[in-house]
Amino acid sequence: MIPEIGHFALVMALCLAIAQASIPLIGASTNNANWMAVGRSTAIGQFLFLLLAFSCLAYSFVVNDFSVLYVANNSNTALPIYYRISAVWGAHEGSLLLWVLALAGWGFAVAIFSRSLPQDLLARVLSVMGMISIGFLLFTLATSNPFDRLFPAALQGRDLNPLLQDPGLVIHPPMLYMGYVGFSVAFAFAIAALMSGEMDSAWVRWSRPWANLAWVFLTVGIALGSWWAYHELGWGGWWFWDPVENASFMPWLAGTALIHSLAVTEKRSTFKSWTILLSIIVFSLSLLGTFLVRSGVLVSVHSFASDPARGVYILGFLALVVGSSLTLYAWRAMRFSSTSQYEIVSKETMLLVNNVLLIVAMLTILIGTLYPLFEDALGMPKSSVGAPYFEAVFVPLMLPLVFMMALGPVAKWRREKLGELLNRLKVFAALAVVVGVILPLAIYGNNTVMTGVGIAAAAWVILSSIYAVVRLVNKRDAQTPLLKAYAKVPKAMYGMLLAHFGMGIFIIGVVFTSSFSEQAEQAVKVGEKINVAGYDFILEGVGPVKGPNYDAMRGSVRVEKNEQLLTTLLPEKRIYNVQRNAMTEASIYTGVFADLYVALGEPVTQNEWGLRVYYRPFIQWIWFGCLLMALGGIVGALDGRYRAQRKTKPVNA
Amino acid sequence: MATKRKQRMIFVIVLISGFAAATALALFAFQKNLLYFYSPSQLSEAEVTEDQLFRLGGLVVEGSVVRMPDGITTQFSLTDLQGQVQVQYTGLLPDLFREGQGIVAQGKLNADGLFVAQEVLAKHDENYMPPEVAEALKAAGGEHPVSIPKTTVE
Repeated sequence: MIPEIGHFALVMALCLAIAQASIPLIGASTNNANWMAVGRSTAIGQFLFLLLAFSCLAYSFVVNDFSVLYVANNSNTALPIYYRISAVWGAHEGSLLLWVLALAGWGFAVAIFSRSLPQDLLARVLSVMGMISIGFLLFTLATSNPFDRLFPAALQGRDLNPLLQDPGLVIHPPMLYMGYVGFSVAFAFAIAALMSGEMDSAWVRWSRPWANLAWVFLTVGIALGSWWAYHELGWGGWWFWDPVENASFMPWLAGTALIHSLAVTEKRSTFKSWTILLSIIVFSLSLLGTFLVRSGVLVSVHSFASDPARGVYILGFLALVVGSSLTLYAWRAMRFSSTSQYEIVSKETMLLVNNVLLIVAMLTILIGTLYPLFEDALGMPKSSVGAPYFEAVFVPLMLPLVFMMALGPVAKWRREKLGELLNRLKVFAALAVVVGVILPLAIYGNNTVMTGVGIAAAAWVILSSIYAVVRLVNKRDAQTPLLKAYAKVPKAMYGMLLAHFGMGIFIIGVVFTSSFSEQAEQAVKVGEKINVAGYDFILEGVGPVKGPNYDAMRGSVRVEKNEQLLTTLLPEKRIYNVQRNAMTEASIYTGVFADLYVALGEPVTQNEWGLRVYYRPFIQWIWFGCLLMALGGIVGALDGRYRAQRKTKPVNA
Repeated sequence: MATKRKQRMIFVIVLISGFAAATALALFAFQKNLLYFYSPSQLSEAEVTEDQLFRLGGLVVEGSVVRMPDGITTQFSLTDLQGQVQVQYTGLLPDLFREGQGIVAQGKLNADGLFVAQEVLAKHDENYMPPEVAEALKAAGGEHPVSIPKTTVE
């Protein structure tokens, strides 16, 4: 009965989505306030029904209802309760349900928090979001219904893929989807602007925080995915340029361009049609990402569910969305003219260069990711584009971008004297170079050009971000106390600089990890040791242990530095009871300055085992940097001026 | 009007130079970093130099897996049911590496015709067959007879 209620709720949500897509739109063009108001109530209703559908599926998982095909395929009575809930989005059908729930959630948020938005704009925005909902709800109901019954019911489920039985995977997909789908709000705002032909300052103020928040979710989602891959896939790496990773990274790059372009549009009322185009591009890339992951056209470590029919549907939907929005763009975008002017050396131009670099980087990744598809279509010999390609194109594009990250925040709008700008920053440039030369030498006694340049770039960004705040504060008049001056710096400014600062931290992590990692793989007898990066890893023994739904061999590895016990790591080789898959569960010692990582291999002889040991310096800084970036995005979105229109609440800047 | 035009010029110039640079970069990187995929039977016809990195895919021949005395180096044969290539890998093999399984190895041929793999990829799904391998097998003749025992639902 419960699954049927869920199915029914899905159908109801579709009906409401159809109403949400059509009625407010007609209302907006005929200026009928009642019809426009339908947008809000249907958006709320759609969300509630999808929440109901989602809860029904979650309930079926919790009570082990194996008469539901999807539950039988992805769960098991021995599966711990928290993984039974996360199993809801462990495979195609359920993760699609999560996708539409996230979409409806954003629609709900827009309906709740945008009361003072101009009525016709709100109506159009919600209507566009309704249209997207229709596409995905139809897709769910027609090709991927999670509530399909299995008759006769299975006695036991086939269990969740062991790789997905991990805390990282519990929250990674929801975050990532919130990011993907969140850009539908920016997209809806863009389409609404094209429809009405109006794009005033209110429009930008309203769409900016939404784009920021979507970007925050996407950042966190990608970082979590990377963190999961690091400690679950057992290769000791954090990014593999895998098609699925690229699929989420492309909208991130374009989304980063968008939030910068939106800043120019708000402050200077220029780059307007570019901002609109970017909004369309970002959401299209989110859809493309969904297509790449769902259709299984690309070989990837974690593409699940390959079904040509689903691929064709999403590809068709993608073509429809991109085609119609670009047509609308070509037809209407010319009416957004800029009202301000700028010189060659100005903040505007720098942000333009930022945008071009980000979009170009995105395109090179797009080419590399889709290349195997072209090859396939043309019947060329098979080849693959791997990490070396992406690194070769990506790093040279990011270096100038990072260089600009320090200039942009302290440059003036409209016109800037290059000499003055460089003069302001020359101390930091010199400091950055010194840090780049000294720091790797001081820590590792070794340095190379690439490492030095990377660390100098990170120092450059970090120092200049701090300087940008200090500079604003120093501009205060004599009467203002120091603390008050700090409080007066707009949150949007703090947010941006925090994100830039986080980028610097991220770069340090990437550079040190890729420059000074060490590893060893060898067969070790019990009692023997491996030495990696000055640490001794001593295999003390291997014995069987029993988990809730798996049996494992667990190794005990003492880690010593200078004969001092640091920690004991317990890597496992698990066999999950149902799917009988072997799974390497690495054991990681996490430190501020380095991670020590041990994975257990196959037995060689009676008491000799293969061991893989990694030393990964500064790797946690990668994810910590991402976290700071996301935090920056949140702080920026909280800036008082985005809520300035709400009269009931005083603005405290 | 003049500044308007100038502005548009800036916009267009930045855009074009950015994209031109990217295209050049991408093409260059493509030439240097494209990894070709061969099946064992294709390899005998392909012209592969000694220091060329490429991917080799096929099924691990039953009974061919031998562990070297150092305990960590493994040798095995890969087949597409037409040709066979001897492969050597030093390191821990992926969890799903086993005889009869379809895998992809990345590495170079040495002077003796031994394929020295730097990386061995086997996917985390027992039913999974790398698409390249599946296709190569099909091209080499018919369905492959390999079946991996699968635990069914009790």
